[in-house]
This record gives sequence, structure tokens and C-alpha cells, in this order.
Amino acid sequence: MNQYWIAVIGTSAIAFALKYSGHSVPEKWLSHPKIQKVNALIPIALLSALVAVQTFTEKSKLMIDHRLLGLSVAILALLLKAPFPVVVISAAVSSALLYNYNI
Amino acid sequence: MSKVNSATLRDSLSVSLTVGAYGVAFGAAAVANGFSVLQSCLLSLLTFSGASQFAVVGVLGAGGTALSGIATASLLGIRNGLYGVIMAPRLKVKGFKRVVAAQVTIDESTGVALGQEVRSPEAMRQGFWLTGFGVFIFWNLFTLAGALGAQAMGDIRAWGLDSAVPAAFLGLVWPRLKTNSDRALAIGCAVFAIAMTPILPAGLPIIATAFIAVAVGLRK
Repeated sequence: MNQYWIAVIGTSAIAFALKYSGHSVPEKWLSHPKIQKVNALIPIALLSALVAVQTFTEKSKLMIDHRLLGLSVAILALLLKAPFPVVVISAAVSSALLYNYNI
Repeated sequence: MSKVNSATLRDSLSVSLTVGAYGVAFGAAAVANGFSVLQSCLLSLLTFSGASQFAVVGVLGAGGTALSGIATASLLGIRNGLYGVIMAPRLKVKGFKRVVAAQVTIDESTGVALGQEVRSPEAMRQGFWLTGFGVFIFWNLFTLAGALGAQAMGDIRAWGLDSAVPAAFLGLVWPRLKTNSDRALAIGCAVFAIAMTPILPAGLPIIATAFIAVAVGLRK
């Protein structure tokens, strides 16, 4: 079984276990303010790291290329309060233009 | 289930459709990062948690191992457990119904449900089930569409898909950046992950930032 299948099965099994355990444990276990605080910060850390790694690296090497333009356009779109699909599509279009035509 | 409150139905459906449509971005991202169409669809059916799904495809796409992908996705899935804690005493379901409730316990179903609580406990429960099933149906249909579309593209860079994926992550994290310390954490973690990429094995620079979040969260 390759890494991709292991990832699909493992992620799904743990995702369900987390959801189900929430429905089954006593409320007081997880309602501690520190746990709530850490839980709010973890997505910020992981998602920001993913943005950076997916934009500036390729196969463990640092790289600046057309993706930087895509990310810049996405930031601009978000600053202009554009909805999610506009953010994603404008990043894709600008990046593809630079990649295909080197304009 | 008694008669459905029309405002609850409207809230649930609009959230289901909008969020479900993001499934296109996920399906495309999964295929762009090397997952098959079947694997992409299984992630949406079984994992059914947007941020976790994007994370696992992002980590493996960056060359990370299955273990670091699973770990990153699971850390993002912890909040669904917390939603379960909130929803369990409100839904009061057992057995198979609890299994189904758990699977559709996500940001949106919990959010809509709690938003309906001012109307009535009945509207709250209806909001949870309608949004949970609604997002589930649309998210899976759109995932299939996105995965098939990306598969037909060939060179994903020519279509900008390699930028669409980080843009999608950015769109997910953006609404969470409410204070200056949130923004500082985001930038710090981004810089850390880039700086560690040439040094640590792939996938680890991403998961390592979770420790930064824990350290920051426990200090305050």
C-alpha cells in the first residue's frame, strides 16, 4: 500500500475518531480555557505554514516562481474582501498567465 | 422531525451550497498533489473535514510522508471533537444516530445550529442536520467534479492550480486572523516552515508549527 492510500485511510479513521469521541466524552474534559485557546491557534499555525511551503518550496528546495504572483493576487483579493472562489480563481489565472506567457 | 422553520432551512441551504462548492477546489487540489480521483472522493466521503483534507493533500504534495500528513490533518480535526462536545448535550442522540451525527459534526453544521438556538431548540437541531447533510452532499459532488476537471488538465501549472492550492489555504486562514498576535503567529509560522524546509524531512516543517501554536496558547 503506498503513502497516498495510508494517508487517505489514516486521516479518515482519525477524523472520525475525533468527531465521535467529542460526542462521547464528558463536557468538562475539553472545556478548559487553555485547551480552547490552543485549539484556536493550531489552525492558524498549520494553515500559514502550508501556504508558505506550497508557495515557496519545491521538493525541499526554496524557490521563487510564478506562484509568488498567484499568492500576491490572492492577498490583494482578500484585502478587497473578495469571496473565496474569487480569491482562488484570481490566483490561478494570474499564476497561469505568468507561467504560460512569461509576461 | 416536526415542521421545518423556513428561516432555518434557508440558512442551512445557503451555507451548504456555498461551502459545498469549495469542494471543487479540494478535488482539484487533491489531484494536483498526486491523489487519484477515487482517493480524492474517499477523503471527502470519509474524512469530511475541509481543512484536514486540504492539509493531508498539501503535506503529501510537498513530499511529506503519510504519517506527517495524517498528523497535520488530525491536529486540524481536533476542533471537530470540541464541536461534538458542544453538540452532544443538545442533540441527545444514541447508537447509529450518534455515529451519523459525529460524521457530520463540522464547522458549518455546528455554526448554523448554534445560530438557530435563539429561534428554538427544535430549530437548532434541524439546522444541525440540514446543514450537516447539505454540506455532505454538495461537498462530495463538487469534489468529484473538481477531481475529474483537474485530471483532464494535464500540466497543472499551466492552469494555475499550483497557485490555487496555497490561495485556498490562505482563504481558509484569513478569517481567523483577527488580532495582531494572530497575524504575528501566522507570519512567524510561515517563515519558520520555509526556513526549515531545506533542513527537516518534508512535512515536518508544517507539523512543527503546531508546537509554536501550543507554546503561544499556553503562555497567554
